[in-house]
Amino acid sequence: MMKFDAHIPDGPLAEKWTQHKFNLKLVNPANKRKYTIIVVGTGLAGASAAATLAELGYNILAFSYHESPRRAHSIAAQGGINAAKNYPNDGDSIFRLFYDTIKGGDYRAREANVYRLAEVSNNIIDQCVAQGIPFAREYGGLLDNRSFGGAQVSRTFYAKGQTGQQLLLGAYSALVRQMHAGKVKFHPRHDMLDLVVVDGRARGIITRNLVTGEITAHVADAVILATGGYANVFYLSTNAMASNATASWRAHKRGAAFANPCYTQIHPTCIPVSSEHQSKLTLMSESLRNDGRVWVPKNPGDTRAPNDIPEEDRDYYLERIYPSFGNLVPRDVASRRAKAVCDEGRGVGATGKAVYLDFADVIQRNGRQWVEDKYGNLFDMYQQITGENPYEVPMRIYPAPHYTMGGLWVDYNLMSTIPGLFVLGEANFSDHGANRLGASALMQGLADGYFVIPYTIGGYLAQKPHDSLDTSHEEFTKARKGVEDSLKRLLSIQGDEPVEELHKRLGRILWDYVGMSRNRKGLETALKEIPALREEFWKKARIPGREDEFNPELEKASRVADFMELAELMAQDALHREESCGAHFREEYQTEENEAKRDDEHFAYSANWEFVEVGKPEILHKEELVFENVQLTTRSYK
Amino acid sequence: MKVTLKVWRQKNGSTPGQFVSYEVDQVSEDMSFFEMLDMLNNSLVRKGEEPISFDHDCREGICGTCGLMINGRAHGPLKGVTTCQLHMRSFSDGDTIVVEPWRARAFPVIRDLIVDRTAFDRIMEAGGYISVRTGGAPDANAIPISKKAADAAFDSAACIGCGACVATCKNSSAMLFTAAKVSQFAVLPQGQVERKERVLNMVAQMDAEGFGACTNTGACEAECPKEISLVNIARLNREFLRASLAG
Repeated sequence: MMKFDAHIPDGPLAEKWTQHKFNLKLVNPANKRKYTIIVVGTGLAGASAAATLAELGYNILAFSYHESPRRAHSIAAQGGINAAKNYPNDGDSIFRLFYDTIKGGDYRAREANVYRLAEVSNNIIDQCVAQGIPFAREYGGLLDNRSFGGAQVSRTFYAKGQTGQQLLLGAYSALVRQMHAGKVKFHPRHDMLDLVVVDGRARGIITRNLVTGEITAHVADAVILATGGYANVFYLSTNAMASNATASWRAHKRGAAFANPCYTQIHPTCIPVSSEHQSKLTLMSESLRNDGRVWVPKNPGDTRAPNDIPEEDRDYYLERIYPSFGNLVPRDVASRRAKAVCDEGRGVGATGKAVYLDFADVIQRNGRQWVEDKYGNLFDMYQQITGENPYEVPMRIYPAPHYTMGGLWVDYNLMSTIPGLFVLGEANFSDHGANRLGASALMQGLADGYFVIPYTIGGYLAQKPHDSLDTSHEEFTKARKGVEDSLKRLLSIQGDEPVEELHKRLGRILWDYVGMSRNRKGLETALKEIPALREEFWKKARIPGREDEFNPELEKASRVADFMELAELMAQDALHREESCGAHFREEYQTEENEAKRDDEHFAYSANWEFVEVGKPEILHKEELVFENVQLTTRSYK
Repeated sequence: MKVTLKVWRQKNGSTPGQFVSYEVDQVSEDMSFFEMLDMLNNSLVRKGEEPISFDHDCREGICGTCGLMINGRAHGPLKGVTTCQLHMRSFSDGDTIVVEPWRARAFPVIRDLIVDRTAFDRIMEAGGYISVRTGGAPDANAIPISKKAADAAFDSAACIGCGACVATCKNSSAMLFTAAKVSQFAVLPQGQVERKERVLNMVAQMDAEGFGACTNTGACEAECPKEISLVNIARLNREFLRASLAG
């Protein structure tokens, strides 16, 4: 039986973290160098954790399937990072950032974790500036802020539309410094294919060298996963092509509970799908909703060019329905409304699956140069992809899978249900509840890596003296053999369908039945179709080449095989949650105004799933969410 | 439309490579260059042949993973664009397109169109950072930085480390890459303490990796997908001279 003690410290909300840091046992500096910690994934959360732990004196083995930490998908985050600095003097505070995040997540996150996130947000900005990250500044030399969805204050720090890039390069710079010092050994182009658990503790991993195909076991005193989210399960998403769930999923199969897998964020402002061959979707930063206005024609079937449609025939539906937040409603709300107007037949573009994001007003008000300075790279990117000039015609946008709030369950110390396995960043479930607000992912990744794990992992290690375990232990031998066998099994299928085609089909099932809105019938269909497709995968997939060489098709197949299992759990979770909350919208549970209708009496918990075996329903364990500092209200952005 | 590809195929770094021709039919002009390659690869997989290996990831021009020499130009015919953002509307029906990996001694071929660019990481390890530990940083607004300096630092920091500058340079020089990082920190107050050591160490590592000397012809700037300016190289030269003379 799994235990779900979140280990939330006692005391008032605002003092929990300070008190907890004091209560945690410390590892003395001379002992730190005896411990080895494995960090899998070197994006924002992984790189910041690896660098900071190395600075403290631990030995770090870092792994990435990329050639360099700088390629991690954190780099693609555009709009910004939140912090409660209140530099604009507009009434922000740590409590307000906490409140907005809890409310934005539709009251499905843990209060104590979210408060800590808000609390350390300010340290992140200080740290990043000290590293030389060129955030946008005002003429007086102070930092500039902008506003983002779900908030009525300006608390977002940014570097044009490339904030993720600049923050990742900052964390990367801290990491390479430790690589140079010999405290971090970085393994590029390595895939983690299994977690090794010895005597109930996470003690190592099995990796495949993607260039040579070599399978290797690595031992450590603790393992950190910072391996990102699973939005690529949808095939078409804003994630990078290689983003995958394999590390998390294999840890799940070793005993780490997976929490709230159905909480998947569909981002409202992406470039719409144009053809069958499309390999990915591109995000247009939410920050564009600061200055762009979202609209569709008032009447279905209006095929006039956007600039020929007069004001009176346009419906600025977000401004109309949500007068106080307008275009800056949270992502789940904006996405659902876009789908609704398209379902009414008012969608635009060749496919009818798009709405306009129009900059004509701001260009007229502030001039083209002003817009170019603020969003230039995004406008260029849009033009590259669509061949249209957004300075002259409105952008066409549509929602796309973007981020996953669900992930491996962790306690307040970011430790999973396997002792010694810690999970950071998007890979865990902890801070965003059922919906993440914009500019909060970068904040969470860096909070976990720079300011949380360095303390909490010490508390764990201090109680586990370093021992002489090595990879000759039978658990390592067994895990290694298991990995080798699973790769051989994939190569032995010898069907005739490319893995990508099978992945596309999985994505379509998920998009249709486990996407922006869900219902019982659809989810039951998905629960039939996914296992059937999985069976087909294991019969029909064609994977060329061998396992002992560079083989990108084999990498892909091994990841898609895991998606085929995870997808089923997502549907199971979505079916069991008979309420609507945040990004999880069940059509049966909505208000008369088509807003999400929560059921706090029955569903104010995180759903934590325990793996049984492939094809069998997983076992549900609940962690009840206790709200002592905020009142559960129906979210209103009107 | 229909195009003919002449693609560099090479099993690994120790075996010789060669060009192989492929006809690709039913290409739509809205496809990205990579989606066209995906389509070709899927047809190769169906036939039981080895697909073409190429590096790519974000497919939105920011991760720096991709990079192909297309008809002799780094990232293809467009200015200020990575390979992943290149679309087939930039080509015409019946075109023959030559596709090669980055070619430089410091970037050995791993397979087909994939090269090893870890030399860039080692240049960064030599000094591409400000030595601050986590924690204890002063308030972010404690030191005002002029908008001009912040913007200049950003322009340098926008480098994505793709290696187009090296690939396009006839000396395979990594000056633009190295200069961009040196410049970012040279114009910011935070970067002053380690200013001298940084430029000397990074340049020494750049030379040790086997990159050539700057040609001063500016091909790197012309082909850089992020349009990193040659001004950075001028600044690096000044920084290097200053650090060398000051001893």
